[in-house]
Amino acid sequence: MKSVESIKKMMIILSKATLENVYAAFVLANGARMEGIEAEMFFTFFGLEAVHRKKLDHLHVATVGNPAMHMPTLLGGLPGVESLATHMMKKEMEKVDMPGIPEFLDILTASGVKLWACKLAMDMFHYKKQDLYEDLDGVLTVGDFYKRSSGEGVHMLFI
Amino acid sequence: MEKTIAGKQITVNEEGYLTDFNQWNEQVAEALALEAEVSLTPRHWEVLKYLQNEQKNQVALSIRRIGKSGLLDIKEFYQLFPVAPLKTATKIAGIPKPASCI
Repeated sequence: MKSVESIKKMMIILSKATLENVYAAFVLANGARMEGIEAEMFFTFFGLEAVHRKKLDHLHVATVGNPAMHMPTLLGGLPGVESLATHMMKKEMEKVDMPGIPEFLDILTASGVKLWACKLAMDMFHYKKQDLYEDLDGVLTVGDFYKRSSGEGVHMLFI
Repeated sequence: MEKTIAGKQITVNEEGYLTDFNQWNEQVAEALALEAEVSLTPRHWEVLKYLQNEQKNQVALSIRRIGKSGLLDIKEFYQLFPVAPLKTATKIAGIPKPASCI
């Protein structure tokens, strides 16, 4: 049934922690598993916040430097605007049955998505393994991650 | 598209989903499961019946909803139907493929 050209595994690198980017990465990883495709995620730089216990439930949408918000840059930078935009976006997410970040992480691990934290970024931010989401599969170097990406039909995405 | 399965003539769409649930029976399910390389246990049947019920009640099926079903969790769903569980299970259950992205 599967042709040789079909996608076997998605390797998704998340380097940002704005809500819209985290959701994009999570939906892509979960969507892969729903299609019978393997998926692994590598959290690096600010992407680590999506798996940081104390931060993962407090991610925001970006209101500055995001032209698609159709909001003047100055307004986007005012106190409270980012929180308001985040609140509105979360409400819309709930309407389309989009889980919150903590629940989404549980769905990903239950679905067999492997979650890896970047060692270099961990060192840079002085994070320890116990600071991170409990079902994280481990901490990898970029070389380890490339090794896991070998083989035919493996695709890599950088978000 | 017509297809003969388990000695029965059924109509399926281009992805192999039954277009008329009245043509579904347990033998058809067994045969569809065989095609999907799933061997049905009593636990599988419980899940298939649950999915058919949800469909009857016009509930939009998603992985998230499976996790909240109270019948099984997402991990078990993937154990029962390892490859594309929602797509595979709905196909065997004779109901349409869910349009969900989550």
